[in-house]
Amino acid sequence: MQVHKYDVVIVGAGGAGMRAAIESGQRAHTAVLTKLYPTRSHTGAAQGGMCAALANVEEDNWEWHTFDTVKGGDYLVDQDAAEVMAKEAIEAVIDLEKMGLPFNRTPEGRIDQRRFGGHTRDHGKAPVRRACYAADRTGHMILQTLYQNCVKHNVEFYNEYYVLDLLTVEEEVTREDGTVYLQKKTAGVVSYDLATGELHVFQAKSVILATGGAGKVFKTTSNAHTLTGDGMGIAFRKGIPLEDMEFFQFHPTGLAGLGILLSEAARGEGAILRNSEGERFMERYAPTIKDLAPRDIVARSMANEVREGRGCGPNKDYVLLDLTHLEPAHIDAKLPDITEFARTYLGVEPYTEPVPVFPTAHYAMGGVPTNINTEVLQDNDTVIPGLYAAGEVACVSVHGSNRLGTNSLLDINVFGKRAGVAAAKYALSADFVELPENPEADTVALLDHVRTSDGGEKVALIRKDLQDTMDANMQVFRTAESLNQVLADIATFEERYSRITVQDKGKRFNLDLLEAVELGFLLELAKVMTVAALHRKESRGGHYREDFPDRDDENFMKHSMAYLDTDVTAENSEESIAGIRLGTKPVVFTRYQPMVRKY
Amino acid sequence: MSTVETAETAPEPASKIELPAHLGGGGEIPTFDVTLRVRRYNPEVSEESTWEDFTMTMYGTDRVLDALHKVKWEQDGSLTFRRSCAHGVCGSDAMRINGRNRLACKTLLKDLDTTKPITVEPIKGLPVEKDLIVDMEPFFQSFREVMPFLVNRGHEPAKERLQSAEQRERFDDTTKCILCAACTSSCPVFWTDGQYFGPAAIVNAHRFIFDSRDDAGDMRLEILNDKEGVWRCRTTFNCTEACPRGIQITQAIAEVKQAILARQL
Repeated sequence: MQVHKYDVVIVGAGGAGMRAAIESGQRAHTAVLTKLYPTRSHTGAAQGGMCAALANVEEDNWEWHTFDTVKGGDYLVDQDAAEVMAKEAIEAVIDLEKMGLPFNRTPEGRIDQRRFGGHTRDHGKAPVRRACYAADRTGHMILQTLYQNCVKHNVEFYNEYYVLDLLTVEEEVTREDGTVYLQKKTAGVVSYDLATGELHVFQAKSVILATGGAGKVFKTTSNAHTLTGDGMGIAFRKGIPLEDMEFFQFHPTGLAGLGILLSEAARGEGAILRNSEGERFMERYAPTIKDLAPRDIVARSMANEVREGRGCGPNKDYVLLDLTHLEPAHIDAKLPDITEFARTYLGVEPYTEPVPVFPTAHYAMGGVPTNINTEVLQDNDTVIPGLYAAGEVACVSVHGSNRLGTNSLLDINVFGKRAGVAAAKYALSADFVELPENPEADTVALLDHVRTSDGGEKVALIRKDLQDTMDANMQVFRTAESLNQVLADIATFEERYSRITVQDKGKRFNLDLLEAVELGFLLELAKVMTVAALHRKESRGGHYREDFPDRDDENFMKHSMAYLDTDVTAENSEESIAGIRLGTKPVVFTRYQPMVRKY
Repeated sequence: MSTVETAETAPEPASKIELPAHLGGGGEIPTFDVTLRVRRYNPEVSEESTWEDFTMTMYGTDRVLDALHKVKWEQDGSLTFRRSCAHGVCGSDAMRINGRNRLACKTLLKDLDTTKPITVEPIKGLPVEKDLIVDMEPFFQSFREVMPFLVNRGHEPAKERLQSAEQRERFDDTTKCILCAACTSSCPVFWTDGQYFGPAAIVNAHRFIFDSRDDAGDMRLEILNDKEGVWRCRTTFNCTEACPRGIQITQAIAEVKQAILARQL
């Protein structure tokens, strides 16, 4: 085992991680650990754009953007964080342009902007052109541009290093009122080098979690195979809460049966959704902004059309995205990649035929709780010194119960930059926290179990069963019954997981072993999501309970905070189910009072 | 008289249309049996590489990546390959399929001849680590050497730098690169001369040389004028054929050559 020492260790090399690295790398001794190569991260799959109120093509301002973000999140957004994001969005776009990002341009040579779901002028009056974009490969351009700038600034990468444990120590601290609590402190991380199978301990003053999402808990998903929630998982196992995990976004337009994303930019450019009767059904659900309503509303409307028998295809299980009224030249200029996806994977020609689509699991609104400075919280307000999180792994919370399109690319840039600056600043003034004795012990035990367990259960089969039950019972429509079914299923999966057999016993590039470790994170996170969904007896944003179809501000205008409950002797109770204890955290209000959410 | 301002000029689509009867009614997806013939190599077991056949039933919409997953998840967990996004944007799964460099996630089985075994090998010219995994470091080393980042020495405007749509279009093609190495590892010059920058590095140099905002074009052309630079290209077009993003790579290399010559005149 090797031990490395850095001021700042960044876990993950997607948009948030590399944006942080560009700041941190110029200020402090920084290493980036990624389980992939830097340009393989799923930021590259983002398509449509990144919103900022530049007002390059029509009147706009960051206050409108803040309002849209808050309303889009069904008022569960922390408004101070949304304000930071909308305000700093403008600088974030200009930063990227200066780094070289090839944005599409207006006839005057300015950055061009287009419409996107839920982004409006003057508090909902009409759609506004706010999304800055590079064709339909904005995420690709962001990822490449950030990597190029990491190369420019000689950022040090450890490629194919899986971070499997977060090293923290706890100290008793006495509050002013005399009560005592355990303060966590950051010591570093333990990682597994894929090439050799060796463990490496990284001692660090600051650690930034930037590991992305956990979409692989679902079967139909736009997420990469590698999005297994590792960062959320290692934090949760160390007693750090996870916030608002019941809120998962289902993107309306996944390629039917495959889940591959077709950007909302298609609808921004004028494409519309139709049911089996050829009807533009969004006119019924969101009369003002129709197909450009926020994603939760469109996804639910689509699922409802299918449920009521107006789905298309032999099994009537999808609807159609119609671009046929758009000029082929316009499609080629603005949406080249997604139309190619439709051709390659479904054999459909979008110029002349509508494309089969259905909602696909896309984005975790919840995650590791942080304040607006990206500092991770160990409870509602206690900061863990030296620990930061940014991007999809984190919950600031700027997305509340439903994220608006383009706000994720914005989130990673605004809060990635903040994390890089803050982590470096902290590291330059702090001392190293002494590593715990045998820092690698937990990781060794975890890997030994996975390697030597020999009960014959297949990892891939358990994962498939998990994904099936999540799609069937935890998707856009939920009930107490469906959620309890998921928990019962997960209990059997956990038992089977204790009896897995991994076939590859080697040291080199043992991805068989790591898929088993990743499944452990998926099982844990699926359970957290489901327990949180069971507790939230209301419908809000991406979380829709058929048995509680209305938003209930009186009882549920608050964040949920899920903790690992180590007291295994505790019976299931209202606050603690399946080893997870649920608490709440107040929502931050600044200028907007909750209103009925209509579009 | 005031007029209502509309942001879009395109006409509003119809609320309801007649859908053609065939729409979506594709019926059952056909299934077929397929054999993957995979080049296996694991130095922990043997220094020799061997071919191994795996046969399975697959669907008409499945890709080579789905077949590899089926092997790994159901038959042999030790089969090792890289993948992530699974729809052709992350660049992880470039491999040699039936002798041609492709992304496994973008190659549909039904587009290959499934009556014969489909051969799957690691991309060539980079050291093989295990099965389909190669050492990517030499590839990224070449990339880093061409200064693949914007250099601007002018004074920084408060807002964005202006760039016309035409100037932006000039280098659009080469911005599509996903660094998958399908091009570089299809190049016969790269196979025989490990020092050659290779097409991907030149593509990424092109992306900046022709960007109107960049000031380091001369330095990049100097680097590429090296004996291991663009002049090693023999214009075999393998790279262009291999590119899963459809980049006109050979043309990009030719444009870089012309830029070097123009500068020397």
